[in-house]
Amino acid sequence: MLANLRAKYFSCSDRYLISMAKKQIPHSDVLVIAPTRGLRLVDPFELWLWHELFVALIVRDVAVRYKQTAIGIAWVVVQPLATVAIFSFLLGKLGNVPTGGLPYPLFAFAAMVPWQVFSRALVEGSMSLAGNRSLITKVYFPRILMPAAAVFGGVVDFGINLVILLVMMMWFGVVPGWQILLTPALLALALLTSLGVALWLSALNVLYRDVQFVLPFLAQIWLFLTPVLYPASVIPEKWRLLYAMNPMVTVTESFRWAVLGGATAPEPLMLLVSTATVFIVLVSGMAYFRHVEREMGDRI
Amino acid sequence: MSEFAIRAEALGKKFRLGERERYKALRDTLTWAAAAPIRALTRLASGRELFPRPEREEFWALTDASFEIARGEVVGLIGRNGAGKSTLLKILSRIIEPTTGRAFLRGRVGSLLEVGTGFHPELTGRENVYLNGAILGMKKREVRRKFDEIVGFAEVEQFIDTPVKQYSTGMHMRLAFAVAAQLETEILLVDEVLAVGDSTFQKKCIGRMDEVGREGRAVVFVSHSMTAITRLCPRAILLDRGRVIADGSAGEVTAAYLRSDLGTMAHRSWPDQATAPGDRVVRLRSVCVIAADGAASEATDIRCPITIEMAYDVLQPGYFPVPNFHLHNEEGICVFVTGDTDSAWRRRPKPVGHYVSRVTIPGNFLSEGTLIVDAAISTLDPVTVHAHEREAVAFNVFDSIDGDSVRGDYGGAVPGVVRPRLEWRTSLQEETAAKAEPPQGSQP
Repeated sequence: MLANLRAKYFSCSDRYLISMAKKQIPHSDVLVIAPTRGLRLVDPFELWLWHELFVALIVRDVAVRYKQTAIGIAWVVVQPLATVAIFSFLLGKLGNVPTGGLPYPLFAFAAMVPWQVFSRALVEGSMSLAGNRSLITKVYFPRILMPAAAVFGGVVDFGINLVILLVMMMWFGVVPGWQILLTPALLALALLTSLGVALWLSALNVLYRDVQFVLPFLAQIWLFLTPVLYPASVIPEKWRLLYAMNPMVTVTESFRWAVLGGATAPEPLMLLVSTATVFIVLVSGMAYFRHVEREMGDRI
Repeated sequence: MSEFAIRAEALGKKFRLGERERYKALRDTLTWAAAAPIRALTRLASGRELFPRPEREEFWALTDASFEIARGEVVGLIGRNGAGKSTLLKILSRIIEPTTGRAFLRGRVGSLLEVGTGFHPELTGRENVYLNGAILGMKKREVRRKFDEIVGFAEVEQFIDTPVKQYSTGMHMRLAFAVAAQLETEILLVDEVLAVGDSTFQKKCIGRMDEVGREGRAVVFVSHSMTAITRLCPRAILLDRGRVIADGSAGEVTAAYLRSDLGTMAHRSWPDQATAPGDRVVRLRSVCVIAADGAASEATDIRCPITIEMAYDVLQPGYFPVPNFHLHNEEGICVFVTGDTDSAWRRRPKPVGHYVSRVTIPGNFLSEGTLIVDAAISTLDPVTVHAHEREAVAFNVFDSIDGDSVRGDYGGAVPGVVRPRLEWRTSLQEETAAKAEPPQGSQP
């Protein structure tokens, strides 16, 4: 009994010393490989060691996107512009959308900018592991870099669409207020939302390839559940908090308010609900991802 | 004893056979769940246990592997296909997690399980060097410092800003190895990298590996080439069926390996039925290549017939198991598939028992080179594969220049997946008078 306890104690202290050594003197470190059990969260120290790969993966994704396509950069812009043009035409004919006095194309495109980042990040992030199978079965690196790089690569597209939006604003003569300084925070919220979902879906996609067939459908449904082509005010007051559980509701509405101004300032309670949802999805996504990570090399 | 670089303590890796089939469709999981009540009812009706233990087939790719490798030691890892070499390397490079045991690694670990991993065809050579460096865990600064050396080693200076999709295979491999060769980790794990590329480049790689060892870093090197092992490694570890069965000087271990049944590619047996390839219906016992003289042989003359034999047990009555062989050449091209067509067993269930099935491939049919044989047993209707052993055995076919084989008196390389000797008949239709000497230039 005593011997048992002692053995336990020693192995614990052993491990502690090793982990300390690893953190303090990176060159005399001892790495322990052993079966892991229980819940694991992301190890920030390790992620920092690999930050150059993270950057290299983003650079790769961006470079490849613009090299492989004939009109490269234009694709980033064509899709949201076309969607907005079609809806401007349809809604202009069919009915009145309460845009708070803003021209509809501007109203829709302003929300389309963060939406586009989100939906692209969601799809690419969720497909990232399955799409890099050869890497995952051949080299070690923290797997979480894969969906994370795919998600954060969307920032480039965001920049391009933002320029288009600013041109449109000049055209319509809309001057942004101080709130435009909030856009980076909203972009971050959109990216974290897609990262959370992408962590879940990319890990699930390793086990069940059905995920990749569901994705386009999911992105489409999500668009209709988000006030991009219509304002959040068309949703009855009593459903608003439930509606805000979709973090993109807050992101798109607030983004529109931040760049265009207008009466639709975000409600603090909705903001709180959305942020809480993002937090839950992100943390649970990390935990699930790490859970699947230990058998990724075997299963993918 | 000097400080260890790698210490493995009873490492083990278990695969569930279901898991080895990689991902599954959600549909399968759902239909399995949906069919559960029906399964339960049939079980009740037939008086079996309601909740049987799941019939998961487990398979230990590695068991109880313990060893220590000191700093500056270069160790060769040998064993036949499926012995657990790759599994061990994958555990040490943290691609897969061990099921049991622990390993301690002192220092940074670099692994070259396949050179060129992560090369993107659309990116230029330069971009790929940086990307690949990052994937292997190098710092950008490090890559920049060694960039010229990398490009020089790979001999691709003029093409460094061309997308690698336009590279030849050789250039691609050279560039990939050149990046990997610059890895300055304290531990280097290398899997059969040298199997590719032309012989000049192979020599260059071997030279580089030699340097790495002398720089005082620990290297674990997996290879099928005993020459490379004895040349590079003072020490070798022999794995068989997931166990370390010999560890010592490379000369002794490789000699033991070549002497034993393990060294031959022509014969493979599974003495333990529980771990043999197969399921509850059939289990393989052995697969063997037999030359014309009746002995197991790795090499056969192209003119002689060769027999492949499969011994197996049928464990369940009422099945129609059909043994079959799949032959591939070195390029991975499937040469042909042959299944048992013995009319004695056609549509006749095989009673429980021990069987031997043989098939003879005629002489003057196969092409020169190595042929790799997958052995499988399946049943039809519905098609189910009960046992499937990839690369079970292999043999070499050589073509001498005696003049009576297909190559005739031609001494050059003969392309083609097979080299059948076909019936040719030439007859003179009409003899005509010889013409005058044709003008110069029209002669063949």
